[in-house]
Amino acid sequence: MRCDQTDPPAAVTFRMAIAANPMAVREGLRSLMAAEIMQALSDDGRGVSQIVLAEVLNNVVEHAYGDRAGAIEVEVARIGDGLRCRVVDFGRPMPGGQLPDPNLTPPEDLPEGGFGWYLIRTLAQELRYRRLHGRNELSLLLPVPG
Amino acid sequence: MELVAEHVGGVLVVHAMDDRIDAAGAIQFKERMRTIVQTGEARVVLNMARVNFLDSSGLGAVVAVMKLMGPDRRLELAGLTPTVQKVFRLTRMESIFTIHPSLPEGLGHAV
Repeated sequence: MRCDQTDPPAAVTFRMAIAANPMAVREGLRSLMAAEIMQALSDDGRGVSQIVLAEVLNNVVEHAYGDRAGAIEVEVARIGDGLRCRVVDFGRPMPGGQLPDPNLTPPEDLPEGGFGWYLIRTLAQELRYRRLHGRNELSLLLPVPG
Repeated sequence: MELVAEHVGGVLVVHAMDDRIDAAGAIQFKERMRTIVQTGEARVVLNMARVNFLDSSGLGAVVAVMKLMGPDRRLELAGLTPTVQKVFRLTRMESIFTIHPSLPEGLGHAV
């Protein structure tokens, strides 16, 4: 894993590149949660950030890359009262070129999946997706004051 | 994914010892729980007090364990930390589990 923290005059930006597998996602999230940019957040803000980024990264591993190897780039920057996050991968495009917008399966049906995009859409704002030159780029805003 | 099981007065108490149940550990969690709950107690309490983070794969695994126990047995959860509780609440899955703020009286000693 490569990870560095740059410190331009106005803000702190966290960047890392990780391999597209579940263990690398776990370690990447650990690094992010220990980074300076997360230390200013409330416990709730840190929790929200980790929930959303875990779901985004797990989706890339599972769907964009499937079982193939690949890289994921993550950038998190403080913008006013939130964190602007950008996640880039080089795997398959989103089906239909659009982000999923699933309804929640009723709890009494005991669903074992389908929670990921629901959590992302519930907790994140300004979701944007584009496919450019073989790259998927997802950006979103986490409304977490720091 | 370390799980420690103890039998307390007819109840099977399982302590999740790791700090996360995530996509990297969800399958292992489910398979270890499948083995542990084979002792057949009608009531199983999963102590999640050490689990600081659970993602949607971890949530799916907890639901899967409840399903594999069948309709005549109960999986109860105890000690949900704030982020874990948030995932259960937002997905409305808190409505299908009995959730204790901490291990019920008399069930928590060994770990």
